[in-house]
Amino acid sequence: MNEVLLRSLVPSVLAVLVRRGADFAAAEDAVQEALVEAVRVWPADPSPSSASRGDPVRDPKGWLVTVAWRRFLDAARADAARRRREDLVEGEPAPGPAPAADDTLRLYFLCAHPSLTPSSAVALTLRAVGGLTTRQIARAYLVPEATMAQRISRAKRTVSGVRLDRPGDVATVLRVLYLVFNEGYSGDVDLAAEAIRLTRQLAAAVDHPEVAGLLALMLLHHARRAARTAPDGSLVPLAEQDRGRWDTGAIAEGVGILRAALARDRLGEFQAQAAIAALHADAPTAEETDWAQIVEWYDELVRLTDSPVVRLNRAVAVGEADGPRAGLAALAALDDSSPGCSGSSGRGHPVPRRAAVAAYLHERDGDPVTAARLYVEAAHQAPNLAERDHLTRRAARLNARLRRPGTR
Amino acid sequence: MAKYLLLKHYRGAPAPVNDVPMDQWTPEEISAHVRYMRDFAARLEETGEFVDGQALAPEGTFVRYDGEGRPPVTDGPFAETKDLIAGWMVIDVDSHERAVELAGELSAAPGAGGEPIHEWLEVRPFLAAPPTVTE
Repeated sequence: MNEVLLRSLVPSVLAVLVRRGADFAAAEDAVQEALVEAVRVWPADPSPSSASRGDPVRDPKGWLVTVAWRRFLDAARADAARRRREDLVEGEPAPGPAPAADDTLRLYFLCAHPSLTPSSAVALTLRAVGGLTTRQIARAYLVPEATMAQRISRAKRTVSGVRLDRPGDVATVLRVLYLVFNEGYSGDVDLAAEAIRLTRQLAAAVDHPEVAGLLALMLLHHARRAARTAPDGSLVPLAEQDRGRWDTGAIAEGVGILRAALARDRLGEFQAQAAIAALHADAPTAEETDWAQIVEWYDELVRLTDSPVVRLNRAVAVGEADGPRAGLAALAALDDSSPGCSGSSGRGHPVPRRAAVAAYLHERDGDPVTAARLYVEAAHQAPNLAERDHLTRRAARLNARLRRPGTR
Repeated sequence: MAKYLLLKHYRGAPAPVNDVPMDQWTPEEISAHVRYMRDFAARLEETGEFVDGQALAPEGTFVRYDGEGRPPVTDGPFAETKDLIAGWMVIDVDSHERAVELAGELSAAPGAGGEPIHEWLEVRPFLAAPPTVTE
């Protein structure tokens, strides 16, 4: 009895039940019961010679679907108050063979439903589409298992009764997957790798250039992951990374997927971001980075999203392409025009990492005094420990140099 | 999804609006207060936003290394100058706005006269692990 195989089958079995009209929570209960049944009756050592007609070993998914569907119908029948829905279910056309991809796709849309908060959508996606256990998800997000269980069951209640008869909004699904990818926490599952796996699955099921764009973006970022931190956990900036440690296979795959997507001429923000990541990944050394072209892609991104974070990153690119003065000018323009600067929340949240960018540009412009002060300010605002330590170190290095006589 | 620490102070925070020490409340008022806090935590467990909550004793001791081969130094009779933490709650929420909203709700716990204490709570974001994407 292969547990890994069983777990990998859960999402698609669940998807079949949901497509046939089972509501989410009931479908999951039924699938769980089918799994318990499978553990009980499947042979411990499935050898090909024991396979006969109807043997679960031959068609484990079909077996699970049949058992889970029966369990679901039993539960629905037993519940008189649900009579109406049962009629609805019985009225469905007899389930015929349907492409697995289509079923999984429905599950993606259900899990990313707009009525869910981002954290619920993420939890539900990892549970239902990813087949992770509640404990694994809780560990990955560093919350108690009970908290995550509540989050998931609330999410299930929220989407129960939602019937998906047409495809939802791909953009919502992509946002959820990108959220999963961006979580740097690690429990016993690697969320970045999990996000790539799920996006790959989605890309196989839906033909959409932005899905390909997101997959390419994840692969390109992931390819550089090993070089991004030193053995002691400290951050290594892009320019100082050992490019020999980049995963060239993943880069090649990402670039290939991106090329095919761009050729379809339906640009979106993930493709544009992937294009920028590809230009970084393509450069043999930091000095050979094609910053002019990166600025052009940021111009596209500003056009597509107009987010202050994108404008900030564009200022960095301008600083590399046209010199630090030009970068600082781009940064000044950001202060005047960006809605994110004066704060929609009324508290005037600064654009994240704005001070860090200003510090870097002033350092390159030969103004270590201003740069050191801004690095300290940036360290104060850093959202994580590794970044704060990195910025504090940069400030300390400049201050040490300033203290030595004859420098400056 | 970000974690925040809601900090409650014995001392060190600005005075609350309804500033009557707890030992001056009626037992019913204390029960109502305790019930409010418990219900609040239970509601957050239900929404999947609760991570941890603990109360601390009012007495704390500062401790310091005092050199090789010597016992650690503890602070003297100056405890009243310390900022003392009464307890905390850790929440995991979708936004800073949500964290502030919840802290406001917690600060409305009833005190003397059954009126909200309007106590000052501190809301501090956790420094998270670095995200996968950094440049």
